[in-house]
Amino acid sequence: MVKKGLVVKAKELKTDVALVKNLELSIGKIIDDTWDEPMGPTPFPSMTDLRDWDFKLLQRYKPFYLPYCDVCCLCTFGKCDLSGDKRGACGLNMAAQQSRIVLLACCIGAATHIAHGRHLIDHLIEKYGRRIPLDSGGLNIDVEAPVTRLVVGVKPETLQDLEEVLDWCEEQVTSCLSSAHTGQEGNNIDFESKAFHVGMADQVGMEVADLAQISVLNLPKADPEAPLVELGFGVADVKKPTILVIGHNVPSSVGIIDYLTKKKMLGKVEVVGICCTAHDLTRYEPSAKIVGPISWQLKYIRSGLADLIVVDEQCIRADTLEEAQKVKTPVIASSPKNCLGLKNRTNDLAKELVDDLVEAKVPGVLILDPDKAGEVAVEAAIAVAPKRKRFNIIPDLEAIKAAGEACGGCNECIRACPNNQPIPEAMKAAALGDLDPLATILGECVGCARCDSACPKDFSLHSFMIKAGEEKLWEEKFMMRSGRGSISDVEIRNVGGPIVLGEIPGVIAIVGCSNYPEGGEAVAEIAEEFAKRRFIVVLSGCAAMSVATVKDEEGKSLYEKYPGGFEAGGILNVGSCVSNSHIAGAAIKIASIFAKRNLRANYEEIADYIHNRVGAVGLAWGAYSQKAAAIASGFWRLGVPVVVGPHGSKYRRMLLGRADKKEDWYVYDARTGDRVYVGPAPEHLFTTAESKEEAIVMLMKLCMRPNDTTKGRSMKLTHYIDSHKRYFGVMPDDVHLFIRNKMDIPITMKPEILKILEEKGWKETRIPDPTLLKRMIRKRG
Amino acid sequence: MSAKPEPWQTAEIAGPKKALVITKPEIAAAMIKRAKRSILVVGYLSTKTDKDTGKMIDYAIRLNKAAGIPIVATAHTIQEFVKKGFEQATQMNAMDIGNRLKDPTWKGLDGKGPYDVALFMGLPYYMEFVILSGLKHFSTNLKTISLDRYYNPHATWSFPNLKVEDWNQSFETMISKLGGN
Ligand code: SF4
Ligand code: SF4
Ligand code: SF4
Repeated sequence: MVKKGLVVKAKELKTDVALVKNLELSIGKIIDDTWDEPMGPTPFPSMTDLRDWDFKLLQRYKPFYLPYCDVCCLCTFGKCDLSGDKRGACGLNMAAQQSRIVLLACCIGAATHIAHGRHLIDHLIEKYGRRIPLDSGGLNIDVEAPVTRLVVGVKPETLQDLEEVLDWCEEQVTSCLSSAHTGQEGNNIDFESKAFHVGMADQVGMEVADLAQISVLNLPKADPEAPLVELGFGVADVKKPTILVIGHNVPSSVGIIDYLTKKKMLGKVEVVGICCTAHDLTRYEPSAKIVGPISWQLKYIRSGLADLIVVDEQCIRADTLEEAQKVKTPVIASSPKNCLGLKNRTNDLAKELVDDLVEAKVPGVLILDPDKAGEVAVEAAIAVAPKRKRFNIIPDLEAIKAAGEACGGCNECIRACPNNQPIPEAMKAAALGDLDPLATILGECVGCARCDSACPKDFSLHSFMIKAGEEKLWEEKFMMRSGRGSISDVEIRNVGGPIVLGEIPGVIAIVGCSNYPEGGEAVAEIAEEFAKRRFIVVLSGCAAMSVATVKDEEGKSLYEKYPGGFEAGGILNVGSCVSNSHIAGAAIKIASIFAKRNLRANYEEIADYIHNRVGAVGLAWGAYSQKAAAIASGFWRLGVPVVVGPHGSKYRRMLLGRADKKEDWYVYDARTGDRVYVGPAPEHLFTTAESKEEAIVMLMKLCMRPNDTTKGRSMKLTHYIDSHKRYFGVMPDDVHLFIRNKMDIPITMKPEILKILEEKGWKETRIPDPTLLKRMIRKRG
Repeated sequence: MSAKPEPWQTAEIAGPKKALVITKPEIAAAMIKRAKRSILVVGYLSTKTDKDTGKMIDYAIRLNKAAGIPIVATAHTIQEFVKKGFEQATQMNAMDIGNRLKDPTWKGLDGKGPYDVALFMGLPYYMEFVILSGLKHFSTNLKTISLDRYYNPHATWSFPNLKVEDWNQSFETMISKLGGN
């Protein structure tokens, strides 16, 4: 690894006495020679170092912009109407403005993960020291930190090595963000390239954060049999005092567990979590429990089940304190990024804080010391529980019926609902004593409470739904495999070949939040469809939780039915949002371990390898956040396609290939230098699927890669055609584009496909050693 | 029929350039008649048979028969068309068809040239909203018409927010004006 210092690079340096070419000076740097891999072309890459690669991708996958509205209102020069071919006062046009919005979202997302990593590492260094070795998988992992190795070209070995990696990440976010200033970047494709760049930095930041917590907090280390943990609304023992943690950054939750352990009270207090903090909490202590994804926040708080709430950072409702106050639940804020207006009491005595919370002198406190937050949380929860007696604000049936009778049918609620739920009709039914329609709505509800806010009569509509659906809610008890962390080298060695040759039909990464169009079960259905077909299904974040919420006839969740290894037919939960980096890491490791390519600062070559060979596709069915945008962006730069659910259309830009434009689908054959047509594989880099059926078929199709062997391609085509017929009821009309020679044709479908090939005037092509990079051609003419 | 140009989802406002309201279905029929080449994009909500969306797919088929408008069925909508014995629809991803409609050099489903009018129905409201916006801002010679029950402001023309009965009646009138049944 490289120690901190100053690097001076110059392609050409002219002085009075000499002309020096390709000078590289390292001042104050100690180049560690324990890593014998040669340094690749782009160590610590700047915003423009990989621009050529981006442009190649963006030439094929052109942006389709989807503006929310006609105007830009980012500076006081405006508002500017950008409709038609108008430009704003600064000269910007609509395409550039939309790409700027994409960049901004990616910058916010990347900043969030990177700042999360920084906070975590500062805390761990303060507590455990700088020299703690990094270890994400013991002897099973040699290629640790694959993303970091690839992107910046260092091999971090101890906690302190991560600091300079974060320095680089922070610089990239600042630079990219600065280019969004009025009068800076003006070209949409350059904005896109910067969004890719910050997405790449985001992957590094996520890896750094997870590597640090896996190593120091001893979270599961690439463990396919990470413990099964309980998940669901009904998992906590309501007789015990209950602490609810919400957010993404685990130190304060660790503080709670450590305090309980120290006081020998583990098991006497329920510690339950929502969102990624819950993932990391159960990775730390498997007896902790998970309530569910982010959309469960209001359900749980309003039901009065939490005696105390600890929030850290990210994806926490901004009205948590107000909602908690309604049910007399004290709140501890524990992150400088989310102080909720509370007084900073970090330096006060724990006992004073506990007393103030228990006596409700304050609604909450800000405690920035995670250990103190843990102690106060436990002591306060124990004292508050008997006083609160699960006080809740879920209305009774009479109140709902009365509201139903008083409802004016104004439609404000349904018009506010992101999922267009028929609330006014359900209220009519409620007036007649029928709560079933309200219960049905709960199944498709994302818990946003926009309906509550919109109702002119101030009905607490979301609470009505919770009451109507309470029976089902209480039955929610599932098992989820806790986050396993990275993928081991052995696993990669076993599947690298079959993936690259196309014999394992694909790696499907289902990630992201729970902004689902019609409930979370779809995620489980999609995951199982692919596991049954022996794809590798990798999960993280809220999606990993939703997958647990469907049981078979024997009451088993998918995690209990399918193996947790990175293998054909496996369903693996890598962990929280920051664990997404291991998915990119697995693809990168295939290039390194299976294909023996150098990783070190060799981004472009490896991305080209992955794009042409590794049939990996991401699905963010319920994506909503800026972090999800940044995560997707990191995958785009690696050439990995991403599909989002319908709400993802609001990210305002798709990256779409044109299957009908033959000229877009040529690659170089690295063996000969010839340009070879390979068909639209993969067809898009970013698109929206409207329904789960479409998502399934789309993912199957997007797994095809130019490098597939005939055996691999015929298997991928079998899945694509089979699912297309099953969900769409017809043969796909583009199969001819994916058949290179007759060996690609799935045997059982041969007569049917041969007929199509004839009708379409199909011609045989050859299978190249595919690359988009001219410099990878081995034979020079 | 309320002719107020008010988005159905309250926050989905478009800006200065808003869809003109189709106050009478006859107007929509006239626009289709006037179009040189029109196309109908049908989303999967048209297959749902709740009270809001019942019959939508049938209207799509009748529109096709009355005016010869080719149909793109997005997502798994195609399956429902086939079940109803309608085999001519083309399956395509909604973003893909949006992206192609944006391109003035796209030769269309039949290779005969670009379309000048695109009609939309049955996509999730917010998804149709952004696709219509993409077309409003980035297509050159394309007019869009939203035939959904709700006013969708990024279209060139849109039905207003309608009661189910009025909406159904609009289709009936439109189809009969186009000479269909
Ligand atoms: S940034 Fe440019 S387009 Fe946006 S408001 Fe300012 S001047 Fe107008
Ligand atoms: S809380 Fe549920 S029903 Fe209410 S607006 Fe949000 S999604 Fe719709
Ligand atoms: S907003 Fe309130 S009053 Fe209006 S329809 Fe909905 S529940 Fe009834």
